[in-house]
Amino acid sequence: MEAGRTTLRAGVGVANEASERLRLVWWALLLAVLSYVGLGLFCVVITGVAVVLVSVGIPVLMVCFPLVRWLADFHRRWAGDLLGTPIPSSYRTPPDGNALVRLWAQARDPATWRDVLWLFVNGTVGLVLTVVGAVESVLGLLFWWWPKKGALYLDAVLVRWLLSPNENALLASRVRELAESRAETVDSQAAEIRRIERDLHDGAQARLVALGMNLGMAADAVDTDPQTARLLLAEAQATSSQALAELRGLVRGILPPVLADRGLVGAVQALALATPLPIEVDADVPGRLAAPVESAAYFAVAEAIANVIKHSGAHQARVMLRHNGNLLQMTVEDDGRGGATPGAGTGLRGIERRLAAFDGTLRVTSPPGGPTSVTMELPCESSSPKTSPSSGTG
Amino acid sequence: MRVVLAEDLALLRDGLIRLLEANDFEVVEAVDNGPSLLRALTTHRPDVAVVDVRLPPTFTDEGLRAALEARAQIPGLPVLVLSQYVEQLYARELLADRTGGVGYLLKDRVFNVGQFVDAVRQVAGGGTAMDPEVISQLLTKRAGDEPLKALTPRERDVLELMAEGRSNAAIAARLFVTEKAVSKHTNSIFIRLGLPQSEDDNRRVLAVLAYLNG
Repeated sequence: MEAGRTTLRAGVGVANEASERLRLVWWALLLAVLSYVGLGLFCVVITGVAVVLVSVGIPVLMVCFPLVRWLADFHRRWAGDLLGTPIPSSYRTPPDGNALVRLWAQARDPATWRDVLWLFVNGTVGLVLTVVGAVESVLGLLFWWWPKKGALYLDAVLVRWLLSPNENALLASRVRELAESRAETVDSQAAEIRRIERDLHDGAQARLVALGMNLGMAADAVDTDPQTARLLLAEAQATSSQALAELRGLVRGILPPVLADRGLVGAVQALALATPLPIEVDADVPGRLAAPVESAAYFAVAEAIANVIKHSGAHQARVMLRHNGNLLQMTVEDDGRGGATPGAGTGLRGIERRLAAFDGTLRVTSPPGGPTSVTMELPCESSSPKTSPSSGTG
Repeated sequence: MRVVLAEDLALLRDGLIRLLEANDFEVVEAVDNGPSLLRALTTHRPDVAVVDVRLPPTFTDEGLRAALEARAQIPGLPVLVLSQYVEQLYARELLADRTGGVGYLLKDRVFNVGQFVDAVRQVAGGGTAMDPEVISQLLTKRAGDEPLKALTPRERDVLELMAEGRSNAAIAARLFVTEKAVSKHTNSIFIRLGLPQSEDDNRRVLAVLAYLNG
């Protein structure tokens, strides 16, 4: 019985090995054909460029460029799988506009011409490598000891060398990302300042005007009509209380005092206590973080908690704060109904923007039916060596 | 009654001194920073301290920390903390030693001079004075609790005022009922929440606050 099972396992192993080697044959043949096709495409592109001033060149390139990209991406995926590390592409984001504008943008993108260069190399050296690879894999089917992928491996390395973005392209895409996140940060800051100005103008400032008026009238009435003066003074007192309450709300929105007092962990604990939902806070963040990061992190967590209350229907939530070396990780989990997506106008997009200004990221797992988990990460260093791990329930 | 006052803004400090002295308090020392506060509290051992949360040199919760430190050295030292904001976290820290003689109020409560002076006296007498905002947040947070849901609206009103630290007499005056009616309500509240009964006002308030803070 035991021996039978071993034979069976060995049989399954042999079958797997055989089917893998057979698959390699197909891949080698497919790649050989594709490199031949690619060589044809290369010739068409070169011809298209040569006759671009004659109108026929333009439609030819309009068809060819997407094909080149598709072919290059196909090879990137294949080589990435074989080598075990994905090969990214670095095409510029296509601009809005008609087909001609897009074609012009593609023609100016250096990545396009690197692809075309690769087409040529792939159609010559690559063709030889894949044909050798095909022969090799057929031999591999016949002779067990034959190495499975020699030439194909070399081809994959060639693809990685020619098709992975070079340093310039990586820097350019980083610059683009930064320009975008800076523009968003500037926009949202301007909007925030406008909101504060409006709140002050319509709120506390207006109330102080009313307060002054009340006091003035009370001063006039104090001798002639003390009864009315008393009423006016009481009103003035109530107005000043309201003005203070509004200023408190406003300041809390700019920088919660408890954040300045106690740092991220204390502020999140205070928030958990003031929230009408049981929230467990599990924090291990040594020392204080840089003030701008602390504030971004706090508001991200606060927004995530506000989302839980508004949308999830959860009975309880949990906040986890971890800081290791140079990464702050914040997780907000709830037992609600799930189905949250950053695009659905749930405030998650706002958190993403806030974090992007500090190269932070947001990840949401929220299957329909829950639970939801929002993980936010911010690269940052702790500024003081003081250690204060703590946890509590609120 | 001897008071130590800590407030860094001269305008407010002078105002508070005037207000306290007009109500028969003796301000033995008025300080404007955390370290001086701790020194003043431990040397004068006043009947009550009135302390602003935010003080120099750090302009963070220096006042609160100094007050807590002083209470650690002199257990039960009556401290009334004033702030532009109320934080449940700070209320909890003040109440943590469960000995009473603490207050935590928004600065605007000073507007109502009578009530403010009552609060100072209450804290000096070992009682408690919690800002209505602290209590209403606590009650909102615990709104789902079965024992709290079982209270009648009137009992809830009484519970709220009691948690703020008011005596039965003050609650009766506030709700326009007799003191006997209030004590009937408090008995019923204590039974429903499963809390031990006590004749002492201060002990009852502390029990209620401990219950609400979970």
